Amino acid sequence: MGGATFKGGVHPDYRKELTASLAITAMPAPAKVVIPLQQHIGAPCEALVQVGDTVKLGQKIGESKGFVSAPVHASVSGTVVAIGPYNHPLGRKVEAITIESDGQDTWHEDIKPHGSLESLSPEEIKAIIREAGLVGMGGATFPAHVKLAPPPEKPIDTVIINGAECEPYLTADHRLMLEKPNELVFGLKIMLKALGASVGIIGIENNKPDALRVMRQAVEGEANISVVALPTKYPQGAEKMLIYATTRRKVPSGGLPMDVGVVNHNVGTAVAMCEALHKGKPLVERVVTVTGEGVARPANLMVRIGTLVSEVLKACGGLKETTRKLIIGGPMMGLAQTSADIPVIKGTSGILALTEENVDLSEPSTCIKCAKCVGACPVNLVPTFIAQAAEHELIQRAEKLHAADCIECGCCSFICPSRIPLTQWIRLAKADILERRRQQQK
Amino acid sequence: MQVLYAVAALGGIGILFGVLLALVARFFAVQSDPRVEAVREVLPGANCGACGYAGCTNFAEAVVGGEAKIDGCIPGGSETAKEIAALLGQEAIETVPLVATVFCIGDNRMAKDLFVYDGIQDCAVAMKYANGFKACTYGCLGLGNCVRACPFEAITIGPGGLPVVDKEKCNGCGLCAKACPRNIIQILPKGTAGHLVLCASHDRGKSVTLACEVGCMACKACVKACPQEAITMQDNLAVIDLEKCDDCGECVAACKPGTIHPRRNLPVAAPRPQDQVAV
Repeated sequence: MGGATFKGGVHPDYRKELTASLAITAMPAPAKVVIPLQQHIGAPCEALVQVGDTVKLGQKIGESKGFVSAPVHASVSGTVVAIGPYNHPLGRKVEAITIESDGQDTWHEDIKPHGSLESLSPEEIKAIIREAGLVGMGGATFPAHVKLAPPPEKPIDTVIINGAECEPYLTADHRLMLEKPNELVFGLKIMLKALGASVGIIGIENNKPDALRVMRQAVEGEANISVVALPTKYPQGAEKMLIYATTRRKVPSGGLPMDVGVVNHNVGTAVAMCEALHKGKPLVERVVTVTGEGVARPANLMVRIGTLVSEVLKACGGLKETTRKLIIGGPMMGLAQTSADIPVIKGTSGILALTEENVDLSEPSTCIKCAKCVGACPVNLVPTFIAQAAEHELIQRAEKLHAADCIECGCCSFICPSRIPLTQWIRLAKADILERRRQQQK
Repeated sequence: MQVLYAVAALGGIGILFGVLLALVARFFAVQSDPRVEAVREVLPGANCGACGYAGCTNFAEAVVGGEAKIDGCIPGGSETAKEIAALLGQEAIETVPLVATVFCIGDNRMAKDLFVYDGIQDCAVAMKYANGFKACTYGCLGLGNCVRACPFEAITIGPGGLPVVDKEKCNGCGLCAKACPRNIIQILPKGTAGHLVLCASHDRGKSVTLACEVGCMACKACVKACPQEAITMQDNLAVIDLEKCDDCGECVAACKPGTIHPRRNLPVAAPRPQDQVAV
């Protein structure tokens, strides 16, 4: 299946060479961490600790009763010094717990291995994963245990591990595949067992031949797990594109992967799942690619959740003066930030600093009806029409044009010769459509 | 001879269609009130929608039908109301001319920006990210939703990045006030009497001073200074009652940040030094 891919897409400049050959190094635990109580899609957590409490590394400090939610854990041992709203990468303030480290990194006494995979039932596995606070670590931060608990009428036969890492600049998943292939495969086995699925697929873009080689070695002898090489094209790692490329199944409009018997998980999530089971370790740290022409010393760092981005940048030699934009995530789907005073959260796959040369600030001009966005859209939408509808606040028209199916990959904005912020307009339309649907339900 | 055939054939068709059109015009005529057309003629014709109807024709129909008031056309003002009254044989009503006023003077020199915003150039859109790029969450973002809403081209964005209302062109239709997502624009009776507190911030004193040099910090100095007791504090913002204000100017002297200005001389925001063109 060498040619397995999807329609549309774009070929941005990948620039992964900045960090692709740099091994993951652990960043020393910071003196202070800020842990937001919402780092996932779903219900926010409530704090389980109070100001002045002593916490240990890995101790659960926030939890929600909602099913679609994930608890948060202390990523250092020390004292809780503040609980209150703090800047969040999503651009608003979110309740967060600030912990001052005692420098000891004493693990909480409950952190211990959960035994072998054979000895655990699917239900026990899901409970462990939920307790470990695992979420989709590619950036979407959907609680991992929810994806492993589909309704009984939707049986899952295939689990796909997303190793495409199609976002330019980012190399966190790439390095994980090279350095922890066996943990990754074990994570996939955990998912297969929890779901009762039979087939495991690891999809990797063919611009990472070393990762393909290492992963193929790692799955040798596993009859039901295969590694698929995918052509290099953005957004190859988007859920629906990946499913179509590897299984030729099409997720229906408005549907979820589980509708076609598939569950997707990111490389980082699989590795974290392995560690949650083997060591009982909750999600307290993650690999972050700190990169871009604006960073003095780009790196792949293992960073504690809650470390301030400003601290991470300091560990990488700081920002160059020519830095114009700071982005959390990749350049295509990441979010531009207004300050570095934000914590690294579970979904922070990259910290990207772009310089004046990388940032295009040209004014958008009129649509010339070239239809390049139509050709590039991987989900077969007509971005320019939706953007026009959004501009004139024609929400119903945008809805008829299936704006809600947009995966916000950014291909249309990228390809537009008139530099129209198409994705941004469509995101607005989507928000308005959801708001309208919510009002209609009332 | 053949020429005559052609003339007769074409002439016959002409007469036939003429008769048909005459019959159609007689039996399928649309009964329209000539007064609607007459009223529409005296309206400004901008189709601005400030009356609450889709356009001038709809308003004309509503007025003739008795649904709308004869002074319903805000841009037309007293003049139009009088003409409509004359056409409909009603008594004329004196209307108060209105004007849009921008309640923010925190230009790009006085009000701090938190970050550089280069997204979609629309105030409402800019507000969806971190509640706007200004440190003040009440102040004017200057991306021109009011400018685009004005059917009379009475608003422009001035050199300081704030909207400037042309009092001659503005007739107080209120579309800019509706378009402003920060609700900074108020429609006031036209005139130069009275003073205004040109700030919309309901924040407390300290956060106002951190965000803007000319914001109302709710110090109440103007309230104490006003001999007419025309100024009240409403949710951390001084508000002057124009009915009571006698233009003595005591409040201007008392206001430390310089937020209060007389209406006869509303400030036009000044450009930053670096934005000024060298002469």
